[in-house]
Amino acid sequence: MKGMSIIVKKIAQLISGFIFLYGIYIIIHGHLTPGGGFAGGAIIAGAYILNILAFGSDAVNLRNKEKGSSLSESLAIFIVLMLAIFALFIGSRVFLSNYLPKGQLGEIISAGVIPLYNIFIGIEVAAAIITIFLALIIFKEETKR
Amino acid sequence: MNSLIPIFVIVPLATAFLIMILGRIINGFQKTVTPLILLFLTILSFYFLINNNSNSFVYSIGGWEPIENVPIAIYFVMDGFSLILLSIISLIGFLASIYSISYISKFTSENNFYSLLCLMITGMNGVVLSGDLFNLFVFLEISVISSYALVAFGTQKEELEASFKYQVLGGIASFIILFAIGLIYWRTKTLNIADASIFLSSGNSNTFDLFIQILLITGFGLKAAMMPFHAWLPDAHSSAPSPISAMLSGVLIKAAGIYVIIRLFFNMFVASEEISILLTTLGTISMVIGVLLAIGQWDIKRLLAYHSISQMGYVVLGIGIGLIIIARDGKPSIAALAIAGGLFHMVNHAVFKGLLFLNAGAIEHRINTRNLKEMGGLSKEMPVTSGTSFVASMAISGIPPFNGFFSKLIIIIAAIQARFYLLAFLAVFVSIITLASFMKFQRYAFFNKTEHSNKSTLKEVPFPMVFSMILMGILCLLFSLLAFPGIREQILGPAIEVLTNTDQYVKSITGI
Repeated sequence: MKGMSIIVKKIAQLISGFIFLYGIYIIIHGHLTPGGGFAGGAIIAGAYILNILAFGSDAVNLRNKEKGSSLSESLAIFIVLMLAIFALFIGSRVFLSNYLPKGQLGEIISAGVIPLYNIFIGIEVAAAIITIFLALIIFKEETKR
Repeated sequence: MNSLIPIFVIVPLATAFLIMILGRIINGFQKTVTPLILLFLTILSFYFLINNNSNSFVYSIGGWEPIENVPIAIYFVMDGFSLILLSIISLIGFLASIYSISYISKFTSENNFYSLLCLMITGMNGVVLSGDLFNLFVFLEISVISSYALVAFGTQKEELEASFKYQVLGGIASFIILFAIGLIYWRTKTLNIADASIFLSSGNSNTFDLFIQILLITGFGLKAAMMPFHAWLPDAHSSAPSPISAMLSGVLIKAAGIYVIIRLFFNMFVASEEISILLTTLGTISMVIGVLLAIGQWDIKRLLAYHSISQMGYVVLGIGIGLIIIARDGKPSIAALAIAGGLFHMVNHAVFKGLLFLNAGAIEHRINTRNLKEMGGLSKEMPVTSGTSFVASMAISGIPPFNGFFSKLIIIIAAIQARFYLLAFLAVFVSIITLASFMKFQRYAFFNKTEHSNKSTLKEVPFPMVFSMILMGILCLLFSLLAFPGIREQILGPAIEVLTNTDQYVKSITGI
């Protein structure tokens, strides 16, 4: 896939960092403000997709990236499940229970295990959206040839 | 025992993701781990089934206790009825995954196949265990979306078309179901099935309830492929890979369709005569028209798919008669008999239809065609396939020593006792046409003489496929034991108890 003009490239470079940071903000404030893992993950994926669209890439490179993103997707969702299973061995021994100390209401580090779920769901959603996007580009590149 | 319930969801879910991670590194990981975990789940569910003394086990996820008698947790409920479904899901899943070891090796991306299979089983186990409507919907979507992908697994033109058709109709069904769940939440202010049941049974029912029930019948009828909503089934079930066809036809339409209909109409809504007559009529129509459409088919898997519609009609007929009798305050013993017939036929159908699809897959594996006219004389080269498919054909047509006979007999006896003579006659009539169409299958596939181009290379399928087929053939005989007193009370009794005695179901969850 060919990249775009220098103007687009420069703007994408400038903006994508902020988008990425905003995504992280949404994820880590998931238990305090609207949003959370899913919304923040989608924003982070947007930052990546913006860069790929602006700079372009060849099919071989994209294929390697897809392998990485699909692996990190599986790993992240597996860790989410492990966090839930871990609850079976600690505290009240019930699946999906909140076993960490709850902390002060309104603090960043509070709400027990929920921020951890948010972080890994964020990684999972970002990786999944990037994987879908890359699969579509790879399909387009392969049919063009 | 209670704390073991979430294992049915956790283990296949974790396996699905583990396969995607470790399957890339370790060679053959996916095909060893899937049958192993399904064998484990089968043993666990049968252990529960045999030791079940008509108790319901309730597990609240996250450990949330009810507040002022309002259950706020997500509940997993395991009672006699869910246990029957859990056992057949794990059992058919185990046999299908063993069969896949040699069947799927000709495809690429085996990891994706096994991972999706595990996700589908997770979804179905979740639907069967879930005690509230919204989580039921979520698990339903997990199982159905993975089945969309599995139907398209061959990525040929017709498979993609079938999957697309299935997705469009399945999407409409999901939309209708979600709409109905929203309406239930609006009316009852709760999503818990037991809690909603308390509200619906205390208030006087109105037309609004009737509207919700019609929406639910439409939505889950689409998932269960009852007659006016059946258009996706023959395409989807015939173009999926054969072990998946066995899963779809044997288990998915029951867990995602029939199970939910039975659970909601017996345990949540107050039985009304209009709805029960509607259900019985839909069942009868699918039973009769399904078999009439089946007899003209020359593609084996399409023929079997149409028979699935017809046999599901038997199940809905038995259940519907039971519901009519409950709505009319008739004799409970007749209602129990009709429900027993329906549930028993559901279990039997999973086994013999699963076996028939595996046989069709074995034939396709060797001679690369599904057209009956191009087969013939296979009984000499493929004796195991021929023998097991004979067993399954006899079971589905209701020939005495096999399980299909007993379940059809119970349904017919119940229909006669409830004075539905026409329905009893139609059940016998459909059974005869089923026999005719399976005679056609046997004759053209195994006994007719046709010269094959690759006659010299034609031989029996590899061991894993043979193993699953023989085991299912044995189960076809073994499950007829369920008809006999003693065993019937132990296995089917708790399920009927749960369905006919809503108060106890509600009590076990809310504790009121």
